[in-house]
Amino acid sequence: MSANLINMLMEATWQTIYMVAISTLLGAIGGLPIGVFLACSQKGELLSAPAVNKVLGVVVNATRSVPFIILVVAIIPFTRLVAGTSIGTTAAIVPLTIAAVPFIARLVENAIREVDSGLIEAARSMGATPMQIIRKVLIPEALPGITLGLTLAVVSLLGYSAMVGAVGGEGLGDLGIRYGYQRFMPEVMGLVVLILVVLVQLVQTIGEWIARRVDKRAPSNRGA
Amino acid sequence: MKTDTTTGAAISFDNVGKAFPKKGGGSVMALDDISLSVEPGTITGIIGRSGAGKSTLLRMVNGLEKPTSGKVTVAGRDVGAATGAGLREIRREVGMIFQHFNLLASRTVYENVALPLEISGTPSREIRKRVDDLVARVGLEDFRNRYPAELSGGQKQRVGVARALATQPKVLLSDEATSALDPETTQTVLELLADINRDLGLTILLITHEMAVVRDIASHVAVIEDGKIVEDGSTYDIFTDPRHPTTKSFLSGVTGVTLPQFIARDLTETRPKGPSREVMRITFVGDNATDPLLAKMSTELGLQVNILAGAVEEIGPRPFGNLLISVEADRAEEARNFLEHNQQRTEVLGYVG
Ligand SMILES: Nc1ncnc2c1ncn2[C@@H]1O[C@H](COP(=O)(O)OP(=O)(O)OP(=O)(O)O)[C@@H](O)[C@H]1O
Ligand SMILES: [Mg+2]
Repeated sequence: MSANLINMLMEATWQTIYMVAISTLLGAIGGLPIGVFLACSQKGELLSAPAVNKVLGVVVNATRSVPFIILVVAIIPFTRLVAGTSIGTTAAIVPLTIAAVPFIARLVENAIREVDSGLIEAARSMGATPMQIIRKVLIPEALPGITLGLTLAVVSLLGYSAMVGAVGGEGLGDLGIRYGYQRFMPEVMGLVVLILVVLVQLVQTIGEWIARRVDKRAPSNRGA
Repeated sequence: MKTDTTTGAAISFDNVGKAFPKKGGGSVMALDDISLSVEPGTITGIIGRSGAGKSTLLRMVNGLEKPTSGKVTVAGRDVGAATGAGLREIRREVGMIFQHFNLLASRTVYENVALPLEISGTPSREIRKRVDDLVARVGLEDFRNRYPAELSGGQKQRVGVARALATQPKVLLSDEATSALDPETTQTVLELLADINRDLGLTILLITHEMAVVRDIASHVAVIEDGKIVEDGSTYDIFTDPRHPTTKSFLSGVTGVTLPQFIARDLTETRPKGPSREVMRITFVGDNATDPLLAKMSTELGLQVNILAGAVEEIGPRPFGNLLISVEADRAEEARNFLEHNQQRTEVLGYVG
């Protein structure tokens, strides 16, 4: 195998990690508050705002139901507006983030809904404000679930990132298609797949390890 | 703290009603015209069957539930009318403990107790001092850095108690706080509550469905059924002279005085023909509770008394006894007159042939 090929693989791996890392970060920044709001804003809940909740729910569902490859193409004008260009690895972060936000929002919403309502009641009885309940009770108690949710999001984004070659985004997926498929170099395809498998495995293992560390619910799960 | 100058009560319910909207229109009256006054420094038990409205009543004291009519006052402040910061202020003066403890799994014992103080914006040095005191008071010094999952039920409830006391409240609410615990652990938690009541002068309002809990620590009790208070008064009076059938049925479980099977089976309400014996319950109260009254009655009236069942119990420092006896039916009235003359209560249960 040529040194050139190894270089290409390393660069593509780095590009994938870069795209996924940044879009997960931005997706979490956007998805966390939206998820918290979705979980707390139904009728009679902490931040009761049923109308806004419904509208936001519809928007989130709509975004999630658009196939990623179509999303990438559909928002090209928006991508150009934000990134200054619509092609390249950095530009690819825009659609990845837009896919990540609603995905992470739903995962966070689910994790927060799992929190025992008795804890909210206890916090209210202490005179906590809704914001205090969110910060001191809901998020810390939902942290194991949120961590596993983010792990799932990273794994999904690794998959999505393979499609951004369509708009000139680079990375492992793009390399696999251009070399492994179009130039028929099966060894490149094989290596790309292998690296992706390792990355997913790594993310999953680390994510589960962190989730276990923050989960104090069962004695056996207690971090050393 | 302001106190209500008109009644001096720590908590008062004035004609309180609560209607919950029902699915598909209409409403459920969870509470109906409740009036109750809880004196400062007392332990008051609220007892009733499932769905009677106990939790709803309790939750009105810290505004988790708002009355739909009437008024709930805590330390002179109208809870139903309070909102926002005013309501949160009241909640800091009212601690609450729960059946399922409601501790944060993500926080250690120490951090759980600190939570209400963090919420009230107490400086961290003050928090440390107060939490250390509280953790020691409930006897969990060795467990301060453990997580709730590593504690027993009794220990968890101790954390719950310490947490409820963190903001130095004047009132403590307990919603079936011992219902998830075994009898022995229940005793230790009840003792803790009694200690706190005595040492800190805390007013405690506690819900239970066990008369034994009331007997062990409450000075007052209110019996609630279908959203109404059917009977209330001092624990001693309610135990020695229950009026309402619901109260009586709650008591029958705890006083432990029931007729032996072979008598209960043959018991008739009306006096049968021929020779028969009258079965009666005697409740010994007051200073005579421990007098050898039955022996006296036997000798003075020359009566043969059969003792069927009996027990002497204590409510606080005051003893009271419950005795089931039978005497010759012809002379039963004489016996009852003698006992009542000596300030004992009697109740005819029936006759056996
Ligand atoms: N949020 C609510 N919405 C509608 N109905 C309610 C609500 N909370 C309570 N109720 C109704 O009010 C009545 C009293 O309920 P409450 O929880 O006060 O009973 P309880 O005496 O505490 O019973 P338990 O011993 O089972 O805890 C019940 O009929 C219940 O169904
Ligand atoms: Mg209840």
